[in-house]
Amino acid sequence: MNLNRRWIEKGMQWGLFLTAFASISVLVMIAFFLFTEGLPIFKKVSLKAFLFGQYWYPTADPTDFGIFPLIVASLAVTLLSALIAVPLGVMTAIYLAEVASFRVREIVKPVVEMLAALPSVVIGFFGMVVMAPLLQNTFELATGLNLFNAALMLAFMAVPTICSISEDAIYSVPNNLREASLALGATHWETIIRVVLPASISGISTAVILGMSRSIGETMVVLMVAGGSAMVPAALFDPVRPMPASIAAEMAEAPFRGDHYHALFATGMVLFGFTLLFNIIADIIANKYRQVGEATL
Amino acid sequence: MKSLRTIVILNMILLISAGQAGAGNIAIKGSTTVLPVAQKIAEEFMKENPDIKISISGGGSGEGIKAIIDSTTDIADSSRFLAQKEVDLAVSKGVYPVPFAVAYDCIVPVVHPGNPVKSLTLDQLKAIYKGEIKNWKEVGGGDQKIVVISRDTSSGTFEVWEEKVMKKERVYPGAMMQASSGAIVQAVSNNKNALSYIGIGYLTANVKALTVNNVKGSEETTLNGTYPISRALYMFTKGWPAGDVGKFINYAVHPTKGQKLVKAAGFVPLY
Repeated sequence: MNLNRRWIEKGMQWGLFLTAFASISVLVMIAFFLFTEGLPIFKKVSLKAFLFGQYWYPTADPTDFGIFPLIVASLAVTLLSALIAVPLGVMTAIYLAEVASFRVREIVKPVVEMLAALPSVVIGFFGMVVMAPLLQNTFELATGLNLFNAALMLAFMAVPTICSISEDAIYSVPNNLREASLALGATHWETIIRVVLPASISGISTAVILGMSRSIGETMVVLMVAGGSAMVPAALFDPVRPMPASIAAEMAEAPFRGDHYHALFATGMVLFGFTLLFNIIADIIANKYRQVGEATL
Repeated sequence: MKSLRTIVILNMILLISAGQAGAGNIAIKGSTTVLPVAQKIAEEFMKENPDIKISISGGGSGEGIKAIIDSTTDIADSSRFLAQKEVDLAVSKGVYPVPFAVAYDCIVPVVHPGNPVKSLTLDQLKAIYKGEIKNWKEVGGGDQKIVVISRDTSSGTFEVWEEKVMKKERVYPGAMMQASSGAIVQAVSNNKNALSYIGIGYLTANVKALTVNNVKGSEETTLNGTYPISRALYMFTKGWPAGDVGKFINYAVHPTKGQKLVKAAGFVPLY
């Protein structure tokens, strides 16, 4: 009997360990694959020429593998979408957690989260068919498929992430902080701005960065609405080609293990680097400003 | 890509099991431009000849020709004729690839139906795609910036454009990119300043085809060789085709069988 219990205990431990290990090993294998397929390109071009080269002509003769315009495009689209999504997401979160009644919260929150359930191809199609002509006619642009349109569509996708995580962070601020603030004579507004937001800033920062890391990796939307010019954008309404769009458009028919194929994987490595960086930053912020008990404020 | 690979693997498994039953197998490999044509023809062919199994994979014209020279495939799809190097290599290995034109690719420049421009010359198209001509008024249109849309560099359509219009020069980086002919039609029909190009099979009423050097792109002008942005698509066999492979090639070039499917796939049939 006693032995049996010990075996079950051991079995449980190993079972859970293997489950956890499986997902980690999958990640490691994907990263390994990414690097083994991407690194060979650096036999052809230097790292500097790859990262800072101005021209992306993977199939021309002679070839040029410079992804600088693609990196700039990815960063520009991501930052601009964050500028749109962060105020929207965070303010919605504040409203839901602090102002809205229980019933409104129970209805609005799932609806906002539903936005996340929209497939990216649907958002991309919306951007292409509805938003592009609208932008083009309103601002008399050369094309509606551009940096701004892509950023706007990505913002739609980032809002639910940012809102949902921020709302959880704000909601979990201990109630006696609010009560103390109100008791000292602060208004509801002052309490939110001076007490609740500072107390939940780490959670909100994590939310923002996770939202951005989703934006930078998003493929379908930027493929459909960013326009696709492999050029450093000079204006808000210039067409751009972020890294995932380039990979998605060209990978299917790049000759297997050719230079173009390796260059696309190397682009994937750069993209992986950016999302990793975002996640590490989110992790550092979450740890550094972690609220340990109520006394830390 | 992944699903394609799965299909290919599944086909291989099917092939192995079918092989045990003593039926014929045909392997086709090569150009991704010819792939949709080959796929359609193969599907219909297998319906009529259930004992013959066909497996198709892409990889590009060069890969296909390499495979036929190495005898690892029965039929090589190619969007170009053999290069001298490939002929030499084939002869040195004692292989004689036999070309069969199965379809023609005809690429037409398209604009928004509201655009007054009706015709462009090859030189004008090239200058526009090089970024030298930037305004429609320079080529007889209104005073509007030309929105240049190109295909992704991996596509067969881009390949034709690069070869016949750009003459191997580079499309300027400001050109926009769309990843499919359908997306091009969508983008051009929504933008009155746009210029792009698609295979003739993708033409719809939402876009206007331009004439090139005053020749209208059509089945007729493609076949008589007067339309400049067109090319033949080939299937190469190893030696003169016999048995199942011969049967398949016959089916592919048959006017009421394979060639009907060629048209359905958006290409110009042989007759």
